[in-house]
Amino acid sequence: MKTVQDNNRRRDRIGGNASASLPLGRAAWKSLLPWLGVLVFLSVFFFYPLVRILWVGLKPAALFAIQTSSYLVIRDTSLFTFYQSILSTLLTLALGLPAAFLFARFDFHGKSFLRTLTAIPFMLPTVVVAAGFTALLGPRGWMNIALMHLFRAGSPPVVFTGTLGAILLAHIFYNTTIVIRIVGNSISHLDPRLEQAARSLGAAPLNVFWRITLALLRPSILAAALLVFIFDFTSFGVILLLGGPGFSTLEVAIYTQAMSFFNMPLAALLSLIQLLCTLAFSILYSRLIPRTMVSVGPRGNLSTRPRNLPQRYFVGSLSILLFVFYVLPLSALPLRSVLRLEADEGQRGQVHYGLTGDYYSELFVNRNQSIFYVPPFEAIGNSLGYAGLTVILSLLLGFPVATALAHPGRLARLLDPLIMLPLGASAVTLGLGLIITFNKPIFASQFMLISSPVLVPIAHTIIALPFVIRALQPALASIPERLRQAAAVLGAAPRRVWFAVDWPIVSRATLSAAVFAFTISLGEFGASSLVVRPEYPTLPIAIARFLSQPGGLNYGQAMAMATILMVVCGLGILLIERLRLPGVGEF
Amino acid sequence: MLEVRNLHKSYEGRLLLNGISFTVAAGETVCLLGASGSGKSTLLRIIAGLESAEQGQVCWEGQDLAAVPAHQRGFGLVFQDYALFPHMSVLENVAFGLKMLGLPRAETEQRVTGILEKVNLSEFSHRRVTDLSGGEQQRVALARALAPNPLLLMFDEPLGALDRSLRESLMEELRTILRITGVPAIYVTHDQEEAYKLADRILLLHDGEIVREGRPADIWAEPGSAWVARFLDVGNILEGLVRADGGVETAVGIFSLACGYAHSAGDKVILLVRPSGVQKATGVSAGKPDLLTGVVVDVIFHQERFKIVLADHLYFYLPEAPEIGEQITLQLPPGGLECLS
Repeated sequence: MKTVQDNNRRRDRIGGNASASLPLGRAAWKSLLPWLGVLVFLSVFFFYPLVRILWVGLKPAALFAIQTSSYLVIRDTSLFTFYQSILSTLLTLALGLPAAFLFARFDFHGKSFLRTLTAIPFMLPTVVVAAGFTALLGPRGWMNIALMHLFRAGSPPVVFTGTLGAILLAHIFYNTTIVIRIVGNSISHLDPRLEQAARSLGAAPLNVFWRITLALLRPSILAAALLVFIFDFTSFGVILLLGGPGFSTLEVAIYTQAMSFFNMPLAALLSLIQLLCTLAFSILYSRLIPRTMVSVGPRGNLSTRPRNLPQRYFVGSLSILLFVFYVLPLSALPLRSVLRLEADEGQRGQVHYGLTGDYYSELFVNRNQSIFYVPPFEAIGNSLGYAGLTVILSLLLGFPVATALAHPGRLARLLDPLIMLPLGASAVTLGLGLIITFNKPIFASQFMLISSPVLVPIAHTIIALPFVIRALQPALASIPERLRQAAAVLGAAPRRVWFAVDWPIVSRATLSAAVFAFTISLGEFGASSLVVRPEYPTLPIAIARFLSQPGGLNYGQAMAMATILMVVCGLGILLIERLRLPGVGEF
Repeated sequence: MLEVRNLHKSYEGRLLLNGISFTVAAGETVCLLGASGSGKSTLLRIIAGLESAEQGQVCWEGQDLAAVPAHQRGFGLVFQDYALFPHMSVLENVAFGLKMLGLPRAETEQRVTGILEKVNLSEFSHRRVTDLSGGEQQRVALARALAPNPLLLMFDEPLGALDRSLRESLMEELRTILRITGVPAIYVTHDQEEAYKLADRILLLHDGEIVREGRPADIWAEPGSAWVARFLDVGNILEGLVRADGGVETAVGIFSLACGYAHSAGDKVILLVRPSGVQKATGVSAGKPDLLTGVVVDVIFHQERFKIVLADHLYFYLPEAPEIGEQITLQLPPGGLECLS
């Protein structure tokens, strides 16, 4: 509550200025107005918790008391975080660079379908992707069950979950689309005459590729690699769910230190390390981005059908590889959720293999009497409620800011990076800040924010807010003043002008932003796993819980819930794509 | 030296080049002149080896180049928007071709310095090419193409993006450089002024074929077809009907016809009336032959003279401006009527 008072004090100071020098001060006061909501909200629920983390992590008493075991945790998790991120990034580039060339240079059947397919996972919740890979390669997945049937093996022959390979594979699956978009965009803008000029100057094809094509693409490749690296570095769900207890990155360690060992100082310290690293990488990335603009060729579309045998071979094999790689996990999940392939627990002897709706109908049954056991359908209800609140909250806060940013003044430009900062903090850090800050009673009352489920939509709003603002702002900015003037000159009253000119664009953008907030909230896992009360779990939390429990029925239900989540989020993504203004909103 | 034989190329189902044949002799500058979309650039790229023809050959010293890839042909190409390597300095751009030849560093440097001097860019050598003006970029592109001593130099509308005065001065430079180096050149343009200034010989490209070929002055003197006359803007094109008395009747008057073609009465002919050399007829000339009458619809100041536009879109140059709306009679010079068919 200290922050609120601080804010009041600051507000007073601004108000004081206003009375001293009236016109200027009033203008500043007016332009600050749309920002007030967001600034108060972020101060209380984001910046102040960050300060708390800083305090808890760097408190001299805690720092001096650091034990060797803590030091080892920091060292090992840091090393492993870098190790897996670098490895993931390199492997993602290994698939992404050829794929970027494939999409930018060649036309082939099903190209746009394949492109969309590779872009889907990036927007899917981590639990869905983890569940997809489990359904394909996990001990109860398609691959292992098929192999066990084929070779009559007693135990699953493919060991996937709990390996580094699983982490790497999921990261490649997630992030290849980044390379395809950033590098592919540069490739398709590359002036083909530069390569031709080099050839006419005597450079052999390989030389042309090395000295011209790759040299020109270097900034985009670096930028793409850095962004992939940042995502791998802050990855949480994939490592927790697919890597298992054997692997711990900074992000996972923050979670386990806070939730399993209740070692808040160490969790906070890890958070700070994580925060500093991502901050450094993000600054580097924003420095690189302007340099990725390569010289623009005269024609828009330079892709052609493959012309010779090596090209046909390249296009054929790579598109099949991409198709298989992306379709298998995404289809394994829904298929696994409607098929019984093995006996459920305690069902031996009377198993009906094959098509089943049981996993879905089980979602509505409360089999367990434990207090902390929550039947899945309640989790679905919780998630929908949280998502609804997130939509309302983020629109309420985001709309005024987006309006102010549509025609930014000096103040808006100053504040803009501030409200984008939550993008840089990892979800787990965010959650940690919230529980560290709000785990004590407010004032003298017995009420603790942490014990109410309200922190969940708050955390989701912090995460969704930058996306909501970025979805609204370009649309609001795109309404040309001249259209309004034209309508007015043609005789429309101000209200008619607003309905004729603004409303069609504003309504689309608002719907798009709302869907954004909704899908983000539905799939959010990192912050939720710290903030969620056990008796009010979200859908992703419930999926993770069911995935980690033994038994075919639990597994089936996890598959069913993940499928529902996938379908809902997929529909959301589709809707956003439909609503998107052309040319707006790439990374 | 270069011989192009019967090239055919189609693009998206349309025949772009339909049997192109020509030669370029040692030291000669040949201009390919044609409207945009006439396939000029494609022809250059086929010669450079960047595209392949569906039929026909490109030969150098009698040897078919079909099997020789672009980078081994030793032909230089200057692109329309220069296509300078944006990630390299001026020096590195110019040195690129020499590096590809595998020349030792010292010799490369020496030659690059020499070339940059030749195109007046010495002080620019360490600048980024993206910081240069259009004219400077154009000179870098020229220097880059010249550096490896190409057997043949090709230009694809190299001055198209520049403003008029810059174009003039660069054309002068280009003329000088082509003359000094003696490198045979093919220059593609849609601008006849450029072609007249640079070409030893002009090839006029239309509908995928070479419709006229010759020295600039010869083509101007004898366009040979209505299309060429119109494209080069040589003068007014009139349709006429040959009369029994040997004269020819047109919409704007009856004229005497003296040309090499054998016409009989009733033939339709296409006539060329050059806009210069006409005089305003005085009262005395009434009843004389070769008078042309029309109403002035526009008068445009043209430095030393006035361009007079008559109804029917005929135009002439006169030293003095008549009134708009005035009916004037013009006396054509003897032989002022040329027959194009």
